Amino acid sequence: MYPIISGLSATGPSAAQGMGIPDALVSGLLGYIVVFIGLTLLMVVVMIIGKIMVSARPKSPVSNSGAASAQTVSTAATPVAPGSAGQVKLYDVPDKEAALLMAIVADKMGKPLNELRFKSIKEVQSNEI
Amino acid sequence: MDILATLSDLITQSGFSGFFQDGGWKNLIMILVACVLLYLGIKKKFEPLLLVGIAFGVLLTNIPGAGLYNPQLWTDFMTEGTRAYHSYSYVATNGGLLDILYIGVKTGLYPSLIFIGVGASTDFGPLLSNPRTLLLGAAAQLGVFLAFIGAVCIGFADNVAAAIAIIGGADGPTALYLTNILAPDYLGPIAIAAYSYMALIPMIQPPLMRLLTTEQERRVKMEQVRTVSKTEKIIFPIVVASFVILLVPSTAPLIGCLMFGNLLRETGLTDRLSDTAQNALMNIVTLFLGISVGATTVASRFLNLETLGIVALGLVAFSFSTVGGLLVGKLMYKLSGGKINPLIGSAGVSAVPMAARVSQVEGQKANPTNFLLMHAMGPNVAGVIGSAIAAGFLLALFGA
Repeated sequence: MYPIISGLSATGPSAAQGMGIPDALVSGLLGYIVVFIGLTLLMVVVMIIGKIMVSARPKSPVSNSGAASAQTVSTAATPVAPGSAGQVKLYDVPDKEAALLMAIVADKMGKPLNELRFKSIKEVQSNEI
Repeated sequence: MDILATLSDLITQSGFSGFFQDGGWKNLIMILVACVLLYLGIKKKFEPLLLVGIAFGVLLTNIPGAGLYNPQLWTDFMTEGTRAYHSYSYVATNGGLLDILYIGVKTGLYPSLIFIGVGASTDFGPLLSNPRTLLLGAAAQLGVFLAFIGAVCIGFADNVAAAIAIIGGADGPTALYLTNILAPDYLGPIAIAAYSYMALIPMIQPPLMRLLTTEQERRVKMEQVRTVSKTEKIIFPIVVASFVILLVPSTAPLIGCLMFGNLLRETGLTDRLSDTAQNALMNIVTLFLGISVGATTVASRFLNLETLGIVALGLVAFSFSTVGGLLVGKLMYKLSGGKINPLIGSAGVSAVPMAARVSQVEGQKANPTNFLLMHAMGPNVAGVIGSAIAAGFLLALFGA
């Protein structure tokens, strides 16, 4: 019945052995290298998956890469929804955050969202304050 | 009826008389230690969910005559030729209540179940959006291996040195899991050192962070990372579980459970299971784990110079892990042309999410408009994987 979980083994103080300092140095260094190699390989795998996912995704109207160019949520090619109050320019702000901000402002002002007109939303940088 | 003889019997059978027997004063000291730990957990709010349980376990196990936990039973459990040798049924029949609860620690069940809950509570999105932060999780294992070398130099046996070193991973369940396999007799001091240092992160890390980084580096405001799709989040636990277990098979119980919990969270179809793992399961296991780990701190085995050595080495391990993360953070700052704030490096020491919060606080002290929390969560969760790999390596080396 022992061990219950795979990976466990019956070892304890009885299994204790002395290790020389040179061996400990080598083991410590090797362990650190193994952790680095493991996580570096994992990083490469995650990066590859990320690249595949990004390339497979339909292009978003808003760039998340930090480019400073302004983009509009409702483009000229897309008709404006009935009741909406025009287009809003987003500067480095994703759609979701923009929607959240507009909803908060509408809620605070006690007005329906389609009666408010947002011209642009821009993230203020620390050196601009 | 001899009233005096009856009263005498009552007195000698009471726990109070135990304090006056050989070594009984040690129990009294451990009860005081339990009270200090309870104070830290309740009044100072240091990891109260675990510390209160551990402290109460310390209290119960050191009350003379209570018989809730029998260390000799577990020594026999590991000794070939005894009736208790590898027999959980013998423990269940002859042990006290805390012996029975301790079976979950002994089998490695509790840490693994906790990892399911940790996985279900963890959002790997920040790590996926900036995979380079995985390197910080690796760098912050420096303390583990330096403490290992230090412990061997001091004279600890290699398996005990490995168990002490994992305190530097700042991951409670991993420390318990590894110690239980490599050096079960040291579970009490190692668990207490690991959880105490995790609770003390806001005090241990900031001086090191300020010492190793410049004001200019701490002021760096990191750019927003890319949005991660749902599909990526679902694929991630499957890939990590397969990849890491193939790489270091001995990490299977920890990484397997961590990623299973995370998959439950991300599928969007197993909300009930994810909710149970995050709350009910985690709470129940934490309850049993805390009290049974506390029970291992029996005075006769806990109060010795080795415990002091373990506590000191644990601090060394923890500090150097922080230093390792910060140094690689500084390197990434240089290589990225000043786009990465090195403060997120210290979050590589696992301890989710407290280490990330410390990075956020220190970043905001340097620049009030700085929000490093999400950026620090990347190395923070990478640290969980890193410490599991470090534990797997030590297990592969000394567990056979």
